[in-house]
Amino acid sequence: MAVTTGQQFNLREAKGWRRTKNRIATTLMYVAFVLVVIPLVFVLITVVARGIGIISWQFLTADIPPQVAPASEGGIGPAILGTFLIVGLATVMAVPLGILGAIYLNEYGGRGVLGRLIGFMADVMTGVPSIVMGLFIFSIWVLKFQFSGFAGALALGCLMLPVVIRSTDEMLKLVPNPLREGSYALGATKARVTVTVVLPAAIGGIVSGALLAIARAAGETAPLLFTILTVTSPNPNPFSGPNTSIPSQIFSNATSSFTGAQARAWGASLTLVVIAFAFMLAARFVTARFTRYSR
Amino acid sequence: MSTVTQQVDPAVPAGSTRPLSERRPLGDRTFQAIALASGLLVLVILVLIAFSTTQQAAPWFKAEGWGIFAKTWNPPANQFGALSFIYGTAVTSLIAVVMAVPVSVGIALLLTEVVPYRWARPIVYVIDLLAVVPSVVWGLWGILVFVPWIAKIYGHIGSAVTGIPVLESLFGPPTSGASFFTCGIILAFMITPIVTSLSREVIATVPAIDKEGAYALGATRLEMIQGAVWPHSKGGIVGAVLLGLGRAMGETIAAALVIGSSAVITSHLFAPGDSMPAVIANQFPEASGTFRAALIGLGVLLFAFTIIINVIARAIVGRAAEQGSA
Amino acid sequence: MEQPEQESVTSLQQPETAAPPQAAPPQAAPAPAPEREGYSEPGSPVFDAEKVSCYYGSFRAVTDVSLSIYENEITAFIGPSGCGKTTVLRTLNRMNDLVNGARVEGDIRYRGASLYGRDVSPIAVRRRIGMVFQKPNPFPKSIYDNVAYGPRINGEHNKKRLDEIVERSLRQAALWEEVKNRLKASGLGLSGGQAQRLCIARTLAVEPDVVLMDEPCSALDPIATAAIEDLMRDIKSRYTIVIVTHNMQQATRVSDRTAFFSVLRNEESDTRTGVLVEYGRTQQIFEDPQDSRTEAYVTGQMG
Repeated sequence: MAVTTGQQFNLREAKGWRRTKNRIATTLMYVAFVLVVIPLVFVLITVVARGIGIISWQFLTADIPPQVAPASEGGIGPAILGTFLIVGLATVMAVPLGILGAIYLNEYGGRGVLGRLIGFMADVMTGVPSIVMGLFIFSIWVLKFQFSGFAGALALGCLMLPVVIRSTDEMLKLVPNPLREGSYALGATKARVTVTVVLPAAIGGIVSGALLAIARAAGETAPLLFTILTVTSPNPNPFSGPNTSIPSQIFSNATSSFTGAQARAWGASLTLVVIAFAFMLAARFVTARFTRYSR
Repeated sequence: MSTVTQQVDPAVPAGSTRPLSERRPLGDRTFQAIALASGLLVLVILVLIAFSTTQQAAPWFKAEGWGIFAKTWNPPANQFGALSFIYGTAVTSLIAVVMAVPVSVGIALLLTEVVPYRWARPIVYVIDLLAVVPSVVWGLWGILVFVPWIAKIYGHIGSAVTGIPVLESLFGPPTSGASFFTCGIILAFMITPIVTSLSREVIATVPAIDKEGAYALGATRLEMIQGAVWPHSKGGIVGAVLLGLGRAMGETIAAALVIGSSAVITSHLFAPGDSMPAVIANQFPEASGTFRAALIGLGVLLFAFTIIINVIARAIVGRAAEQGSA
Repeated sequence: MEQPEQESVTSLQQPETAAPPQAAPPQAAPAPAPEREGYSEPGSPVFDAEKVSCYYGSFRAVTDVSLSIYENEITAFIGPSGCGKTTVLRTLNRMNDLVNGARVEGDIRYRGASLYGRDVSPIAVRRRIGMVFQKPNPFPKSIYDNVAYGPRINGEHNKKRLDEIVERSLRQAALWEEVKNRLKASGLGLSGGQAQRLCIARTLAVEPDVVLMDEPCSALDPIATAAIEDLMRDIKSRYTIVIVTHNMQQATRVSDRTAFFSVLRNEESDTRTGVLVEYGRTQQIFEDPQDSRTEAYVTGQMG
């Protein structure tokens, strides 16, 4: 046997500079992630730390006091009521229309010129700044019908509509075609097929997408600035008179120099964050439990 | 019950009362009409936005003409030049993009190329958490916590660069916690989720064959990314960046709270400034007449800019997706 | 099993003159269930296809198919892949309407009425002519709701009648015993063979006139396949069945008539189009094929 001199195959990683570069790149990617985690954790910790002290049943239900009032007085009850009413109205308007729009895109006209235009513009519409939606509803509704919770709901609805269309469209696409064929083969009309087979099959994903849209809408402030005219008294009638919402209160308290107002802002922030997280978790749960289309 | 039939109806099975010949049921046609109307609503709303806001802003356009792009914004003196806000929007958005894009693309690469599947889920959760924090909470934290803290850092940097030519004009005094740069940082946090998730989608369309081919030639992961991922996803990532830019430009509340609300054009990034959405939010309640028209006009400009950017971005992302899967 | 009959090769255009091998005499009313009103004269075909060509856009998938399907028989379409047998099957219940750009030329008559006439509603067509697909596609609903789906969209909402229909259909599909205690369970949880029988039960629940089957056993194991074939023989007396199959043994086991399709290659345009090569009684097709291509296929030399 000849003596084996010469090369020994090195099966370890690339040598030298290439390996170092690779290591640096990977490290940088992890650093990127850390750069994002740190502020997120800071914000959450701050919100919890500064907000938890003020949370109480009284805080969640009592009326909004003047800004000078100390933290122990009053609460954000009207704001929670307002958010509930306004976001609820917006959801009732935007979600069904969004689902129907997605049905149009997916089951009817999606591939034609009009369908592709609508789909494209729905995507573009998700990028319209929320403040523009507020100015829009101000121009087209508030000037005629005054400030109201409903106007705010219109603005939030316009924000939610393209988001619901897009996420519902994605879910409808996932429903396998053999399900539709099975329904057609039994003599169903297209409307029947869509409503009795496709929608129920996709409902998990649709609901999940709607929940996320609601979470986003609940946190929006800008569109409400010009539509509900933030007040401090509770208004259970969303169709007449100005109203308030949790983010609106946070915004108006954020620039206040009174510690009481600031404390209420932190408490309201904690409330808002908890609500948003709850919807997010609900969306995940629905997705996990309710999306299964075929064997 | 049968509609017009010229032929005898063949065997009617039990359970079916419809003749073989009949027009499409009314319910079916109505449903299609409703669905179409809902889809058209998107186009209708976009057109209405353009028309109604422009109409409300018309007094401003008429009063200033091309002066809407003037430098001076002085409502008491009826001067409504928007340049400083356009400048502020541009600067803060650029800062946000410059900071967010490397981070977002890095995280996207981390998720698609580096971490094993098990660890990807928690990381995605974190990004989702980041996305769900409402902008007003970012603003509150920004102005009450972040601004005081960073004001000191700005102060140190400001005095450190005094005397150095370029750096001084960028980072020198006057410095303020609420400034262009602070706004840019907060905006960067806020646009990271969308740029990350879009970049992930784009990178996911890179054919596995190309990646495996690179590895098979003995490439390190970095080299594979440079050689196989980047050429394919270049276009799409540019689109994702543009979308992030659009989002940063339109962000209102956080900006309104931390930008400093000072309508100036200055190269000092640590100085207070203002941006289009921020000034609209801050000054609208007291505005009327031409003042209000000017603010709405800023909204029109903002709408126009973001629509253009979004159209370009979506077109790029769409084309990149087609090419990737072709 | 069926009695072997000495019969001449069926010309593609002329209706069958001798009695079908089933027990029902040719002069009896064709409809087995007493509540059905039949129309056909005894011995006349359920389907008459005349020079039917199918196009997907400009691509001609099938050329000049002419054949007739007869009452209470099982007719098999066999042939190599890509010869258009599924396309032809789907023209019989207008399922090809759902494909963008699909077009049918020629005449298809269903019990004397043109299937593609101007006023004909595909919905009504499909309520009479059901279809079972290659891969079982139960709805993500309960077993009960799967079977009750068809009757419900036909307007049946009475719970008691629905219960009866569901039980009857599941019995016909030989699935009742296995699922009668878990009708509320999801249809997605069934095995392949059970799921396919569920789809058959679903199809039978609306009491169609004809049942089309597109390779119903190709996704199933041999035991499940045997169960489905038994099922087909059992329900033959009440329905007319057309089955596409790539399994020749299956055709010999269950079908009364067999249509052999093949592919015609156009050298100039480099396209392939499906053609009907030979059609006749199953025994004759397999034991005494008239066309050399048929012989090559059934003896395993081709495709």
